[in-house]
Amino acid sequence: MNAAKKLASAIALAAVVATPALAGPDDDNLMINEELNMVTETAAPAHLQDAFDTIYSGWRFRTDETQALQIDDFENPAMIFVDQALEYFETVDGTEGKSCSSCHEDGPEQFAGLSATMPKVIGGKLTTMEDLLNAHRAKAMGAEPWKWSGPEMQAMVALIGLQSRGMPMNVAIDGEAAPFWEKGKEMYYTRYGQLELSCANCHEDSYGMMIRADHLSQGQINGFPTYRLKQAKLISKHNRFRGCIRDTRAHTFAEGSDEFRALELYVASRSNGLSVETPAVRQ
Amino acid sequence: MNRTLMTMAVLVFGAGTAAAEMIAPMDVVYDDGAVATSLTGGAPGDVDSGRKIMNKGAGNCIACHAVTDLKDLPFHGEIGPTLDGAADRWTEAELRGIVANAKMMFEGTMMPSFYKTDGFVRLGNAYTGKAHEGDVAPLLTAQEIEDVVAYLMTLKEE
Ligand code: HEC
Ligand code: HEC
Ligand code: HEC
Repeated sequence: MNAAKKLASAIALAAVVATPALAGPDDDNLMINEELNMVTETAAPAHLQDAFDTIYSGWRFRTDETQALQIDDFENPAMIFVDQALEYFETVDGTEGKSCSSCHEDGPEQFAGLSATMPKVIGGKLTTMEDLLNAHRAKAMGAEPWKWSGPEMQAMVALIGLQSRGMPMNVAIDGEAAPFWEKGKEMYYTRYGQLELSCANCHEDSYGMMIRADHLSQGQINGFPTYRLKQAKLISKHNRFRGCIRDTRAHTFAEGSDEFRALELYVASRSNGLSVETPAVRQ
Repeated sequence: MNRTLMTMAVLVFGAGTAAAEMIAPMDVVYDDGAVATSLTGGAPGDVDSGRKIMNKGAGNCIACHAVTDLKDLPFHGEIGPTLDGAADRWTEAELRGIVANAKMMFEGTMMPSFYKTDGFVRLGNAYTGKAHEGDVAPLLTAQEIEDVVAYLMTLKEE
């Protein structure tokens, strides 16, 4: 039995070595607009050191063509949505007759650094950027909530995330955040669905390998919302989680559920130290 | 699928002779990860059908395994070892055990259990993301497992 297992892993190793072009992250360096140097590889945060020495941005696993789209904001298809969000920022909405800029006169720039620390516990509740925006729309503007993964919401999450681009991800996992983080961690290692696969099976044990036509990354969320070429729109973190769990033939969780908030915190903490890349471009 | 279920029903409840007894997922006996008896109760596997199951639908073996014999098909994964020469490394009973429930042979393996119907966390209704309702069908039927095993038995290098 042990011998058989050893044989199997020896063969697996040989298969990986035989296709060096595909294995592992590539060696490319991400510099945006020829001025903003991004950390796409860094030492794993302390809580992850049993699993990894090094964490890598998903950008490092993409093809040269996909990578190129993120190097220059004029090429980045997500920027159209960011521009739309800038328009929403100036647009009056809700019963109070206010736009975001009525109160935030200095523009979205004032939110620099915020996204790198989200989600976080506010008033005892684990709060994502989507929560913050909707609560705030209701309270400050008297406006209807935006749909979690809808175009307005994700465009605004991208606009605010862009203000932190290049800053290191730095979510808190201790204190009040600890119980949420533990719950997210447990989910990360749960083997869901009829295929019985956990996030860790694919994004920790197998990153760098091909699964069918996909080159597996570490499943980092430092680039969200990401523009997905396949869907031609901005994808929320929860939408991505939803898809990954569904693909294990599992009953997935809802976008905006407490489960996904906890998972978001845990996954974000695995990205701690990587540059915020929002809005990233993925396949 | 319907036809397969009907065939199964016939095999299980039919004629009442001593012949062909299909073994249900719960009743499979694993001996050190291997399964000695055919799951269909004797009907031999169909190599061509097995070859197809390797590629598509619930089988999708090449999502994780490369197989030189299937190189006409695109996109072989590298999560598991190449299956070239599988029949040199394993007996038919071992291959049946691996395909039916690989976790019996390789503890904690990432390979899905293709002939298993219980013990899942949040079982979904195929790839819809919704909850599963009603009876659970294994990923592959007894016949499909036998077909895949028959195909794997052709993968010899020596
Ligand atoms: C009526 C005035 C008002 C309007 C309109 C308004 N805000 Fe705010 N916003 C505030 C105030 C005051 C704060 C700081 C206190 C707080 O967090 O509630 C704030 C804080 C924020 C924060 C940061 C919270 C933090 O923890 O740092 C974000 C992000 C934000 N607003 C986004 C928006 C967006 C986007 C819009 C438009 C959809 C908007 N705001 C509309 C008054 C407003
Ligand atoms: C069967 C394998 C598999 C499982 C299980 C899986 N994923 Fe994924 N995931 C993928 C593939 C394939 C992609 C697209 C390629 C890539 O970036 O790895 C992906 C992409 C992602 C991305 C986007 C990465 C980026 O750079 O934009 C995130 C985030 C992610 N997954 C999180 C998760 C989480 C959280 C779980 C567990 C709930 C999970 N995945 C489970 C296969 C999987
Ligand atoms: C999600 C990935 C995955 C899928 C899908 C998968 N396998 Fe595997 N398989 C593995 C891994 C990983 C191993 C190595 C066993 C271990 O974990 O040590 C393996 C091992 C094997 C072995 C023994 C390997 C050897 O030759 O030494 C055989 C045979 C096999 N798989 C056949 C299949 C067949 C047939 C299918 C489709 C019905 C299939 N696998 C689907 C991941 C997978």
